[in-house]
Amino acid sequence: MTYNFDTIIIGSGLAGLRAAIEASKQGSVAVLTKLYPTRSHSTAAQGGISGALGNEEPDSPMWHFYDTVKGSDFLGDQDAIEVMCNDAIRTIIELEHLGVPFSRTTEGKIAQRRFGGHTRDFGAAPVQRACFCADRTGHVILFALFEQSQTQGVKFFPEFHVLDIPIIDGKCMGVIAMEIQTGDIHVFNAKTTLVASGGYGRVFKTTSNAIASTGDCLSILFNAGVPLEDMEFFQFHPTGLYGLGILVTEGARGEGGVLINGKGERFMEKYAPTIKDLAPRDMVSRSIMTEIKEGRGVDGKDYVHLDLRGIGRKTIEERLPEIASFCRIYIGIDPVEAPIPVLPTAHYAMGGIPTDVNGRVLHNEKGTAVEGLFAAGECACVSVHGANRLGCNSLLDTVVFGRRAGMEINLANKNIKTGRIHSEVVEKVLKKLKQLLEKTEGTQRAGELRDKLQTLMMNHCSVFRNKDDLNRIPNQLDKIKEQLKDVNIKDKGKKFNTELLEVIELRHLVNLAEAISSSALNRTESRGAHSREDFPGRNDTEWMKHTFALKKDSNIEFRYKPVTVTKFQPEDRKY
Amino acid sequence: MAVKQYKLKIKRFDPERNAHSRWEEFSLSMKPSHRLLDALAKIKDEIDGSLTYRRSCAHGVCGSCAMKINGKNGLACQSLFKDMPEFIVIEPLHGFPVVKDLVVDIKPFLEKNEEILPFLINNTPPPERERKQTPQEQNKILQAITCIMCGSCTSACPSYQRNNSYLGPSALVKAARFIFDSRDSAEEERLDKVTQSNGLWMCHSIYNCVEVCPKNVDIPAHIIKLKQLAVKRKILKQK
Repeated sequence: MTYNFDTIIIGSGLAGLRAAIEASKQGSVAVLTKLYPTRSHSTAAQGGISGALGNEEPDSPMWHFYDTVKGSDFLGDQDAIEVMCNDAIRTIIELEHLGVPFSRTTEGKIAQRRFGGHTRDFGAAPVQRACFCADRTGHVILFALFEQSQTQGVKFFPEFHVLDIPIIDGKCMGVIAMEIQTGDIHVFNAKTTLVASGGYGRVFKTTSNAIASTGDCLSILFNAGVPLEDMEFFQFHPTGLYGLGILVTEGARGEGGVLINGKGERFMEKYAPTIKDLAPRDMVSRSIMTEIKEGRGVDGKDYVHLDLRGIGRKTIEERLPEIASFCRIYIGIDPVEAPIPVLPTAHYAMGGIPTDVNGRVLHNEKGTAVEGLFAAGECACVSVHGANRLGCNSLLDTVVFGRRAGMEINLANKNIKTGRIHSEVVEKVLKKLKQLLEKTEGTQRAGELRDKLQTLMMNHCSVFRNKDDLNRIPNQLDKIKEQLKDVNIKDKGKKFNTELLEVIELRHLVNLAEAISSSALNRTESRGAHSREDFPGRNDTEWMKHTFALKKDSNIEFRYKPVTVTKFQPEDRKY
Repeated sequence: MAVKQYKLKIKRFDPERNAHSRWEEFSLSMKPSHRLLDALAKIKDEIDGSLTYRRSCAHGVCGSCAMKINGKNGLACQSLFKDMPEFIVIEPLHGFPVVKDLVVDIKPFLEKNEEILPFLINNTPPPERERKQTPQEQNKILQAITCIMCGSCTSACPSYQRNNSYLGPSALVKAARFIFDSRDSAEEERLDKVTQSNGLWMCHSIYNCVEVCPKNVDIPAHIIKLKQLAVKRKILKQK
């Protein structure tokens, strides 16, 4: 079928839904998701959303601004960070009015707790800035936004898998998508298209991300000539459940939990003497890996302990019930009584589709925008997180910039004509699908190749990186790409063909792995989550700039955009 | 930990190849810590790519992989082999049309929610700051907000299986989530909806729902509170 909408939104997480609420005030909006809206991975966000409400103790947006800049290791664009932090209080109050059941103080105000890297007085001590609903913050915000968007006539297309986002002569025309249940291909012509498709943690073997987090749309745009910004910066969350990668919120440390090594020491005191276990995630993850590498893992193994025993049963049941339940279900441990084995897990992509503060997708490092194309949320790079995101800033990012993108879309819709995706473009997509499905020979298995890719990236491009490791990746990726051509899809049917979709997703993952690893090899310094053993220091003289990776034929070219510095000059990053 | 042999008997259905469902057995070696979802992925990756099921978060927060496991609804990602027998029977959720293998059409289930006005309604102008709500007030909805809409409860409900016009436990919990929210002002309208003939009174307290809820929501307790409220309102109106 062919549909015409003013705006197509890809993705129904927090960014997509907040944008949908805004854009549907003025135009017709369709939201496409390859899952069901309430199953988007925003639902897995646990700990909170940041904002200097000052409900528990004095706080200020200026301190939030400073913390975010410092947390980003000075790579975040300060104009954008200021926009976000100044809008945080309004954003959270608005969410509350939309129905989000935030946890409360005794007098009924929104409760707040400590979180990594959030401080008072420019780094003096941790501050209670995270607004939360126990450890289900993403879940409750996602539901509230979904519920409200339904009241505004947003049209949902659940289980629609995006296959192409055609950009013709610098204008985005809309979306071509497969209805998973029928296998039918649909064309969505639009004035404006917003990509809010989330992260791509499934590039790595151990991740907190959903199986659906495969970065399809980033890869599609990368192939279409849109640059990808700062892809070398991928956050490893310090506390993933050992062996599984399931997230254990930083809120656990915000409530008083501590990290302990094999010798029973609180090792974070060494690495971040002032805020200790509440240091930013990049530092805590490196500290954990260093403890393990130097033989101080628990029982000589490759994990450390997250100890919540000091918090007490009541706080755990009230404020951390979900992670307590994960511990009981998946590793048979009650965190009230025993420490939790943890290891860093691939968690969040700081990099992504470059945008300005109004969500417009940039076509180059000079700031030219693609007509009709917008991005927001984890798939986008504004950049407010720079080289390392602070906990609770991602939910804030999605809602603030989702809304701003929606507002900008309303302006844009007045001046843009509805795109028209021509049948030749659709034919091309159909032909590719047909080739995949009609192939009857092939010895390779997609599952095995996915495993190879994820292991490769985990071993050579995770918390610590170096030239030798990174140099091993391109050959291996080429091999995987070759082998991918030799995969034979057994399911030849049209309906709900997830085998076919998994192969398509794997191709996207390989594409993004190339962008990540080549950007990582290219940046010869250590900054935030990008830590090069062969270039241990931050190099502000040469690297106060964003990487723009561009696909040219089969090569990747690099260009650069200077970091916007307004208030805070780069300084030594100590906590 | 040691791997062990398991036999998975899976109900398969491919509408493009056969009008009827069939059973297929797979033998797998799995670790006690493995999830049933890991086993399904293993079959898909290594034995039969056409095996079809929904999945996403893999740790019990998205609700995609609800299915019938040894006769009881649950999430495949929350079912560990250490807790399972060596012979495991897997079927799609009952009560919903089967699309393919373990995938059911959940649209009829989701549409039930729409009937109970599933969004916060408060027509007073919003204050400058948050609407106040004490922890005691919030306690009344803390369980209901954890629902992930996996469909396990409604699928397991005999009343729903007999008559699918029934709103079902999930939609009633959703109604309770708003009716008992101190910030919501549409109690009357919602009670009108849930006291219609397809609502509250079709619940006969069979308790299948609470047995299968992967988030341990005490669903009958919510329905009983709604019933009490409805009766009270009726009596007050008659007076």
